[in-house]
Amino acid sequence: MRVTDRRQFLALAAASAASPLFAAQVDLQLPGGPSLRPLTDAFPGKRQMILQRTSQPLLETPMAVFDKGVLTPNDRFYVRWHWPFPTEIDAAAHRLTIDGHVAKPLQLSLADLKALPHFEITAVNQCSGNSRGHFEPRIAGAQWGHGAMGNARWTGVRLQDVMARAAIKPGALALRFSGLDTPLVDDAPDFAKSLAVDHALDGEVMIAWAMNGEALPILNGFPLRLVVPGWYSTYWVKMLDRIEILDKPDDNYWMAKAYHIPDTPDAGVAPGATNFPRRPISRMVPRAFITSHAAGAKLALAPGIAIGGIAMGGDCGVASVAVSSDGGKNWAPATLGKDNDVYGFRRFDAAMSPPRGPAVLMARVTNTKGVVQPLTGIWNPNGFMRGQVEPTPVTII
Amino acid sequence: MHILSTLLIGLAASVLVAAAPARIELPFSDAMFADFGAGKPSPDAINNNCLACHSTEMVLNQPQQSRAEWQEALIHMRKNYKAPVDVADDAAILDWLVAMQAGRADIKTP
Repeated sequence: MRVTDRRQFLALAAASAASPLFAAQVDLQLPGGPSLRPLTDAFPGKRQMILQRTSQPLLETPMAVFDKGVLTPNDRFYVRWHWPFPTEIDAAAHRLTIDGHVAKPLQLSLADLKALPHFEITAVNQCSGNSRGHFEPRIAGAQWGHGAMGNARWTGVRLQDVMARAAIKPGALALRFSGLDTPLVDDAPDFAKSLAVDHALDGEVMIAWAMNGEALPILNGFPLRLVVPGWYSTYWVKMLDRIEILDKPDDNYWMAKAYHIPDTPDAGVAPGATNFPRRPISRMVPRAFITSHAAGAKLALAPGIAIGGIAMGGDCGVASVAVSSDGGKNWAPATLGKDNDVYGFRRFDAAMSPPRGPAVLMARVTNTKGVVQPLTGIWNPNGFMRGQVEPTPVTII
Repeated sequence: MHILSTLLIGLAASVLVAAAPARIELPFSDAMFADFGAGKPSPDAINNNCLACHSTEMVLNQPQQSRAEWQEALIHMRKNYKAPVDVADDAAILDWLVAMQAGRADIKTP
């Protein structure tokens, strides 16, 4: 194509900039592909996010973000929606309805909630299907790399304190949470998740209005979201507007059928298996990621190359992290960072001196319950709960 | 007096800010599934049925899927998400999906 004048040139330049072909891309290194995703600035309040899907938004955090600090900034925090959600919300008019098996049904404003004792916790929010794109054999669904997770300081109130005002009646089994998102089709299942009463009232489960000291972004659930420390994000209901107390098991699709894992000790089954007992996904498993170097990096031969990253204990704290530069044959202890929030990310650092040539960097966390990351992975038909040691192949030159 | 009016203006402004609804404008994808040309499966059925619920990336980012696996996905969306995908269009949708992946250099069986 011959560009004949300045106006045409500018139009062409603009089209090129908007085209994924010319946009900055990230290679998620998913086995068998497709692996390339554009980085996008198109979502308000978010920048340089990996675009997985425009509608409904699926935005992934690039791994390099996790190298900069244990808290994930709000404008880099991943986004995941099943159904459409309101893009304009009047916080002053928002009400949280608490009804069902309670003596005193309530309608609470944000001001009502903020009048209760405030509570803060730092906790990792991780999608059940984080890293699904790395499973082999591959599994259909959102093709996440490792960045469908983030760690934030959550501010709000304990659910325990809110429910004390509603007076749950004897015989209650579970609390069911739902938000302002609504299905595309009338008879499709509204998104709702439930927690057993004892868990919901354990003093850690909370309703947050802020993350990292700022109001929740709309894309992360403004004005209120549930925070369930140690559990997968499917329970962290966004744009929370209703808590229904149930006196019988929750039979809604999102609890009774979706987000189920094999009822085996490690949630794994043989690839391709379909006929096995299942249970709802719940507690997270320990994970560690090298963030100082990307897969495929070329590092100059030197004594004591700095290797670091982030670890999480899952449903408890991090006890220790070991690192390897030879694909797991030899391990050395890493130094843990001072931030020590039980449910948050923990920084680890080490210095290693691999010889010239290919090197496979690995990090392996042991949590405070003594659970060690396995070297080989599980498989299940939904690609949930990946937790094995992740290799980072590099070359020492 | 001057200080008081400044305070009042400041107070009014902060009330206005606090009362303003939070609002964002989401990007919209108008991308369609590609037409591979004469003699190749038409994208009409997949464009008409699938884009009402999600943008193209959800399909284009999937790993290599057999025709039977794509069929399972259609059944899953129809059964569980009540997607209004006409069963009569399944064959045309599957034809396009299989052709799309066969033509991709960036998708292979691991």
